[in-house]
Amino acid sequence: MIEIFLDPALLTDFLRTSLRLSVPIVFAAVGGVLSERSGVYNIGLEGMMLAGAFGAAVGAFFFDTPFAGVVTGAMCGMLAALILAVLGVSLGVNQIVTGIAINLFVLGLTSFLSRVVFGAQANTLNLQGFKPLAIPGLISIPVIGPVFFGQDLLVYLMYAVVPLLYFMMFATPWGLNIRAVGENPRAADTAGVSVNAVRYACVLGSGLFAGLGGCFLVLSQVFLFSENMSAGKGFIALAAVILGRWNPVGALLACLLFGFFDALQLRLQFLNPEVPHEIFVAMPYVVSILALVGLVGRPSPPAAAGIPYRREAK
Amino acid sequence: MATDPHLVVDNVTKTFGDLRANDAVSLHVERGSIHAILGENGAGKTTLMNILYGLYHPDEGHIRVDGVEVRIESPKDALRQGIGMVHQHFMLVGPLTVTENVILGMKPNGPGLNLKQHAERLTELSDSFGFEIDPHETVWKLPMGMQQRVEILKLLYHHADILIFDEPTSVLTPGETGPFFDVLRRLTEADKTILFITHKLEEVMAIADRVTVMRDGRVTAEVETSETNPQELARLMIGRDIVFDIEHRDREAGPSLLEIKGVRARSDRGLAALDDISLSVRSGEILGIAGVDGNGQAELAEVIAGLRPLEAGHITVEGRDIGEASVAERKHRLGIGYVPEDRQRVGLVLDHPVAMNLMLRSYESLPFARHHIFNFGAIKSNAERLVEQYDVRLQSIEQEVRYLSGGNQQKVILAREIEEGPRVLIVSQPTKGLDVGAIEFVQNTLLDQREKGVAILYISTELEHLLAVSDRIAVIFRGRITGVLETADATAEKLGMLMAGVSG
Amino acid sequence: MLGVIRFIYLFKSVWAILLALLLGSILIQLAGSDPLDAYAALFKGAFFEYFGFGNTLVKMSPLILAGLAVTIPLRAGQFNIGAEGQIYMGALFATLAALYLPAMPGWIHVLVCSIAGAIGGGLWALIPAVLKAYHRVNEIIVTLLMNYVAINIVSYAVSGPMMAPEAPYPYSDEIPESLFLPHVLPRTDAHLGVVVGVVLAIVLFAVFRRSTFGFSLATVGRNPDAARYAGMSVKRHIVVAFVVAGAMAGLAGTYEVLGLKYRLFHHFSPGYGYDGIVITFLAGGNPLFVVVAAAFLGGLRSGAGIMQRAVGVDTTVVEAIQGLVVILLAMGLAFRFEQTFWARVLRKRKEVAGELSPDGQPENPP
Repeated sequence: MIEIFLDPALLTDFLRTSLRLSVPIVFAAVGGVLSERSGVYNIGLEGMMLAGAFGAAVGAFFFDTPFAGVVTGAMCGMLAALILAVLGVSLGVNQIVTGIAINLFVLGLTSFLSRVVFGAQANTLNLQGFKPLAIPGLISIPVIGPVFFGQDLLVYLMYAVVPLLYFMMFATPWGLNIRAVGENPRAADTAGVSVNAVRYACVLGSGLFAGLGGCFLVLSQVFLFSENMSAGKGFIALAAVILGRWNPVGALLACLLFGFFDALQLRLQFLNPEVPHEIFVAMPYVVSILALVGLVGRPSPPAAAGIPYRREAK
Repeated sequence: MATDPHLVVDNVTKTFGDLRANDAVSLHVERGSIHAILGENGAGKTTLMNILYGLYHPDEGHIRVDGVEVRIESPKDALRQGIGMVHQHFMLVGPLTVTENVILGMKPNGPGLNLKQHAERLTELSDSFGFEIDPHETVWKLPMGMQQRVEILKLLYHHADILIFDEPTSVLTPGETGPFFDVLRRLTEADKTILFITHKLEEVMAIADRVTVMRDGRVTAEVETSETNPQELARLMIGRDIVFDIEHRDREAGPSLLEIKGVRARSDRGLAALDDISLSVRSGEILGIAGVDGNGQAELAEVIAGLRPLEAGHITVEGRDIGEASVAERKHRLGIGYVPEDRQRVGLVLDHPVAMNLMLRSYESLPFARHHIFNFGAIKSNAERLVEQYDVRLQSIEQEVRYLSGGNQQKVILAREIEEGPRVLIVSQPTKGLDVGAIEFVQNTLLDQREKGVAILYISTELEHLLAVSDRIAVIFRGRITGVLETADATAEKLGMLMAGVSG
Repeated sequence: MLGVIRFIYLFKSVWAILLALLLGSILIQLAGSDPLDAYAALFKGAFFEYFGFGNTLVKMSPLILAGLAVTIPLRAGQFNIGAEGQIYMGALFATLAALYLPAMPGWIHVLVCSIAGAIGGGLWALIPAVLKAYHRVNEIIVTLLMNYVAINIVSYAVSGPMMAPEAPYPYSDEIPESLFLPHVLPRTDAHLGVVVGVVLAIVLFAVFRRSTFGFSLATVGRNPDAARYAGMSVKRHIVVAFVVAGAMAGLAGTYEVLGLKYRLFHHFSPGYGYDGIVITFLAGGNPLFVVVAAAFLGGLRSGAGIMQRAVGVDTTVVEAIQGLVVILLAMGLAFRFEQTFWARVLRKRKEVAGELSPDGQPENPP
């Protein structure tokens, strides 16, 4: 076990796996941060991710390029998010109920549509995915190079998204509007900020990112679509949002932690072939729960999260 | 045209359904003056203000600024016309800094926030009015008086020159009121125009140059304050002289029923909220608790009712220590009735029928339930009797209590808490948001209970209401009792000093 | 007037189902079949054929119990998304009791297994309940994540310590024949589990309606502050609601083993716990309607295979329809505002009428 951390080759391999396993969760989690900062709970991340995965598979299947997959995947994620925006923001339906409904809806619809689109070959597809793209120079740094700079385009996109989102949230007028809307929508409204427009943008953005997470599953990891392939990653992302205290960088760190344990459990499976692997598969979920329980000081979500805004309401 | 008033409201009418909230309201406000709008709850002040502020559009009538007719479509539009408002509940985002709050919603020049540049300009502006505000401070950490200055600063930064204040003193301590009035005077010196909405006569007399009195959606008078007096204004505001029953003071109070000794408790945020409180209330006595909102009143009521743990000290009812008793035991065994401050959030379950709300706190006991099974017959007859006895206006006892008016909701709570014949009654802000009729009903009910020998602790932020029914008044400030006065000796000045923490 | 609006509102679930079937017909068309033929095959197969109906009853057993497992905590304002995991833990405990306890008379053993299953599900639900009530940890995320843990625990158990010798894929030994639940329809798989589900639904309905516990649970759900004021312990109600719910889900898992599979399989539940959420939404939180909603979803599931054989549409179309039902129901919630709006308007009218009439009575007594 310990030799993973002593042997540079094993270590590189291990860290690389950790990073790659955390990428989809990172995308979903920053989406969650965006949505919840604006005051909209997004339990539907799981469904948006799954929608993104399905869209990615369809795009890559028909156009035979991962780039088309990213576009369709992101769009499908946003379509699923549109449901949350319309119901949870405009119509004032309970956001948690809406999120759960989105998860179940996307699960049912993609299961059926994948049969329609891919037919019998669903499980043997080998879609065009993203190939690793080494960054010249940086790749030759020992351990760090191959871990961080021998990745594919979606990972590099993630490198860009997190700091950009952080900057946007805390150093631009948009971010100021988002934070104000999530904390005190009436105050934002009286200052001339359109509460629902901000929330729509954030929810759709959240769907876009969750969709990208789904794209990564299909276009960078398994190159096919299977039923319920998000397998709870959207929920782990939700835990990361809380653990990261609604901060994109915090969420990133939380996701890396989960990715680390996911890689660790794979390693343990490999090292203990005689033990049924399921006991290790459960580990990242257990770690997520323990992290939520052990959180020091209970962080509170943005004050207006979950409350639909109505102007005439007192 | 140099003589045009700064702001003119000309025959504005606004109706909601059958209700004429504003009926041909007119107003003339001179530049650089402080103009008060005086009226009770529901007199139409809020509607008028929302029209000026762009939230509502008038059905008829015009608004002119500097003689030019304007149409105000939104709050942002109002600000563009130079009209800004300081709401009663501040429109500030707590976790953001002063600067961020001020620049929220401004048209950005460039991608960044330019926080540093804005902060510098804010400091300058703040200094020119003597506000002493640090633009980098997080807003929720500021005391209410300072937050109010942030609100003013926000308007000034956006070049507002007509500033509307909605009940601005309701969140201030008496100690903060003076400096606030100074701020208003400094603003008028800078040629700003102030519209001051209030229901407090003494404030109008103290600060306003001119006053418009409203009642039932109409303007009943517009006069110079120098040419009127409080009695006349009260008559114009209420439409008749209010006479409260003063005779009750003759009754002799009995033995002490409720004793509070050295009580300490913490607030929801874990801060010390009650600091060594000692009080006693006798049978047939109403002890008023005066104080600015948020000085421990809520915690005091909850500690006695059993909803908040006692950190130290003792509470006894008829000599029995009630420290460990549960909420239900206090209500039923010890006879402590409790009318909580927040009717809708605590006192009632809005989704439950009136009948169930009328036995909410006795749901496990006879005759309403036996062996955990309800007897709906008993619940119904109880509800019918109480509705009749307390004259609760409703359609059916099966109706959700949500659909009752505020006064009728309060009647439901009072009926329930008084029904079992309590020994002690804790009443927290029972008149908040009620109309005059309902307030009289509440106060008469309290006086009835006093006649029956109940010990009543009456918490209110409305001095007038306290003075009307209390036998003695205790003042609470930062979790301490700063003084207890006989009502006969209690003057507004003495109470005000105590409320500001100056012990008498 | 109000009655009419109430009526429409009450049948909102029916509208959602009809609309979902309508939209589903587009999907069936998309898959290249005739929707009317497909639905005819589906519903005839599910409800109007002896064996098909038997199969519907088989599905109803876990669905009713899972529906109740979501309904109970929802009454207290809590979301139990963990019925799936509770089903697995219930089945695990019941199987352990079935395989490893000393011999005893059959019916006592069935009872013991049921209790074991209820305890398994209840304990599994106790964890999120305590975390929520005493540590304010979001119950939705915890119950969701615990599903994956439970499913993997069961998979581990039946691929390791409990795996039957020579099994080609992970499952346990068969339970003794004395434990097999009696069948309610001869020659079909329909077992006693559905009867237990219906009885529990009726009991729960009575509890919600007539008992002080039902009242206090609803009070906690609607207004926790008022509940405390009324002397109810919010924390205790949350814990009790979750544990009872977990026990229901545990029974769902138990009867899958005792009534249908006779072994513990890995991945034996096709998402009954999540279907429980759909059922609760459909039933509007009413335990009696849970039975009806479970019959509908059970019918969809059992009719799907028949439909596939008859017209060739993939069975997953029913999952899509189920998804549509949920999303339409969620949309339907938006009309709640309309309902209260109407109610407010109408009540206002009556209130005014009441004020006008001399004795304070409304003109039209309800």
